[in-house]
Amino acid sequence: MSNAIDQRSITITVNDKTLEATVETRLTLVDFLRHQLQLTGTHVGCEHGVCGACTVLVNGHSTRACLMLAVQCDGARIYTVESIAIDGELSILQQAFQDHHALQCGFCTPGILMTLTEFLRDNPNPREDEVRIALTGNLCRCTGYQGIVAATLDAAQRMQQLKS
Amino acid sequence: MSTPSSTKIGGHSNGFGVSAKRREDPAFLKGEGQFVDDIHLPNMLHATFVRSPYAHARIGAIDTSAALALPGVHAVITYADLPESIRSQTLPLLVPHPSIKQVRLPYALAKDEVCYAGESVACVVAENRYIAEDAAQLVMVDYEPLPAANDCRAALNADAPLAHHGATDNIAARFPVKVGDTDRAFAAAAHVFKETIFQHRGGPFFMECRGAIAQYDPATTAYILHVSSQGSHRIKRSMLDLFDLGDHQLRVITPDVGGGFGPKGSFYPEYINIAVASRLLGRPVKWIEDRRENFLATHQERDQYWDMEIAVDDQAKILGVRGQLIHETGAYVPWGIVLPWITATTVPGPYVIPNFKLDVWSVYTNKIQTTPVRGAGRPEAVTTMERLMDRVAHELKLDRAEVRRRNFIQPEQMPYQVGIIFRDGRPVTYDSGDYPACQAAALKAADYAQFAERQTAARASGRYLGIGFANAVEATGLGPYESATIRVSTTGKIVIYTGATPQGQSHKTTLAQIASDQLGVDYRDIAVVTSDTATVALGIGSFAARTAVNAGSSVHLAAQAVAEKAKVFAATMMECAIDDLELADGYVRLKSAPDVRKSLREIAVKSIGMPGFSMAGGPSPGLEHTAHFTPDQAVYSNGTHVAEVEVDLATGAVAILRYTVAHDCGRVINPMVVDGQIIGGVAHGIGNALYERLFFDDNAQPLTTNFGEYLLPMATDVPQIDLVHLETPSPLNPLGIKGAGEGGTIPAIGAIIAAVEHALAPFNVHLNEAPISPQRIIELLVEQQFKQGTL
Repeated sequence: MSNAIDQRSITITVNDKTLEATVETRLTLVDFLRHQLQLTGTHVGCEHGVCGACTVLVNGHSTRACLMLAVQCDGARIYTVESIAIDGELSILQQAFQDHHALQCGFCTPGILMTLTEFLRDNPNPREDEVRIALTGNLCRCTGYQGIVAATLDAAQRMQQLKS
Repeated sequence: MSTPSSTKIGGHSNGFGVSAKRREDPAFLKGEGQFVDDIHLPNMLHATFVRSPYAHARIGAIDTSAALALPGVHAVITYADLPESIRSQTLPLLVPHPSIKQVRLPYALAKDEVCYAGESVACVVAENRYIAEDAAQLVMVDYEPLPAANDCRAALNADAPLAHHGATDNIAARFPVKVGDTDRAFAAAAHVFKETIFQHRGGPFFMECRGAIAQYDPATTAYILHVSSQGSHRIKRSMLDLFDLGDHQLRVITPDVGGGFGPKGSFYPEYINIAVASRLLGRPVKWIEDRRENFLATHQERDQYWDMEIAVDDQAKILGVRGQLIHETGAYVPWGIVLPWITATTVPGPYVIPNFKLDVWSVYTNKIQTTPVRGAGRPEAVTTMERLMDRVAHELKLDRAEVRRRNFIQPEQMPYQVGIIFRDGRPVTYDSGDYPACQAAALKAADYAQFAERQTAARASGRYLGIGFANAVEATGLGPYESATIRVSTTGKIVIYTGATPQGQSHKTTLAQIASDQLGVDYRDIAVVTSDTATVALGIGSFAARTAVNAGSSVHLAAQAVAEKAKVFAATMMECAIDDLELADGYVRLKSAPDVRKSLREIAVKSIGMPGFSMAGGPSPGLEHTAHFTPDQAVYSNGTHVAEVEVDLATGAVAILRYTVAHDCGRVINPMVVDGQIIGGVAHGIGNALYERLFFDDNAQPLTTNFGEYLLPMATDVPQIDLVHLETPSPLNPLGIKGAGEGGTIPAIGAIIAAVEHALAPFNVHLNEAPISPQRIIELLVEQQFKQGTL
């Protein structure tokens, strides 16, 4: 094993802010976001890509930030849970989560919100079974998912009403 | 019973009984929660642990030189490096009991023997987690592998490997639970049926792994420990003993917690080691468990073997239940016999069982210790009892609901003495509840009466449906107490301090709702600070469905006292009678003339006095009160679950088509929150019934160490849960409440297993195990076909 830790410079846009950073090549994206940028809303649940707590959007796609290295994100555009609220006010999806008791301990919630941000963008009028399938990439131990599904369907409806 | 007239419930618009929105949510939704790994202290170092790769081994020399030579490594701590007070003590036995024959507990780091794969052997501290993990691999430990005890039943054999070197056998404890004379009842019974049942429950698998940060301050010779726990005060007590400290030398703070489900209420070696490291290095040290460690080193629940018999008369009335329970305790007994004791005392449930005898064995194996996980041994008891009831129905050709109806404890029998002693040392006495009504409500909501039609229709298209149900009675709200201090600051702002430690249960909302009724302010204007030992002296923590009863009642009592005190001060200030006053909108005002008033701020300022001015003869200074509601005994929640499933004969897959819960947890503080607790609890039970199993090889080596191998229920596995609420207030606390955190899980396994068996009835498949996997269902189907010569 070499003790020389390889470092690279990357340029990355996180929540619409472009910045340059020097990262170790072995640093995961989630550790970069949490510990180098202090964006601690993105959580680490399993570090093997199953639980989905670390889900962020990379170039528009929901991505496990625990399975991606920070260096792979050179030039990428990242959105994390911190990007969702508008001027500190809850978004429609976030408000629906509170209204439907879609979170308890709140640890899985950021990853679920990012999964659903992508999902509702691509499926503005989903059926319940589609929502449930979309959620299979995120584990929640507290809620039994019922509130999350209800919140998603309600948010979709509220977004539709807003558009029309 | 009616509520005492002095008790005001639901007085405020967002007070008791209202589905008030959770104040916890906005921060969590915006990514602004403060979980332990979100706390970053200046100059902080990071720890990881060298863990035993063997389930059982003797430890020889440990060479830390290569690890220490790695740049960025600050310390490698082994048992020999620990302070004397920590070397000389094991971790504590939290609940001693005379039936414990051999007390085995771990040291902060393994001394000369490791007893499970994953036991901590050395603590490595480095600049960051990556370097610490590099260094951990460079720590060379000489292990001499020893034979391992893997299965708790086999571990009782005379020639079984010993879980602890030098022990005489693997028995941790043996105790009887007895009511009446079972031998006589069985001798006279018309029917006796025997069941042998294996049950396995996995681990908690909260989404946030364990973690802690220790910080030693040489200026005050004191430590601060931030820890993801279910109770700071009990962790503090264990740490004070190990470090031989005074009360003022340790503050334990539990920040936001990403799920606990029982095992975060235990005390773990990692907390000790990072505190040692922090003192040694003069810097804060953080340790965050990774998921592999979580599978290896966080407490689980695992195996129970049951050999049971039920005796009934020719009308299916229970005459007696007897048998043996072999319970796996794993490598150590931190909670003594709490888990098997709860299991044993939960067996009778809602039924009249005049004669009951259970011979309980708690057995050591070379696996991580077992301690309570959501439900705490009760789901296993309920599954066992309900399997026996289904067996009676099957043998006597009676409807399963009817067999239960004939045996229910009736509401007029309350309070009902079961005849056995609970773990609090008190006789098990059900305080209240209507079990026949609960089952009836569940079956009605599940449309049980029409199930046969649905089943027949499905069969016509080759689909196999089954329905099953289970009843449970759960001891909740156990003492000794929970603390609550309510203080109105001189700015008029109100805070509740409590030892309760939420992990998703919404205490910051529900406790504020309770106080708001008494204090006449909105719940959002009452801050709730949980589980910081610097704010309240005493605390127990949140587990065992105890917080609503204990902390809720304490908050209620403290709020009443603060309201009364505010009136006393205000009466002096306003020169009126106390009885002429009321609290509303942050003021104490005249009932007859609401504009004549004093703000809580003015009263709080008055209440602390002025230098040189006497307060003699008046109320004690400060607009605050501390209460410790100390319940006399547990209060008993109950519920009935009905599962309707479809089994795919080709794959063995089970789909839950419909799931109904009727539940009685007394008066409900926040219906939305209680619904969430129950639904989430059912999901946990679904996992236990169908998916979650920890596998080990013959040498007790864990084979399931990630979420690819150990399956948690996903959004497609958990159906819509339909809820029916019954509300039988408990007479044993001022608010009439009972615990709700575990009732969703407890009957779920029994109901689902019964439904799967019912679906497979045409093939004579009998289920006496949980969890049940698709592979196992196919095995059992093939077995039956083989027996019947149809294969």
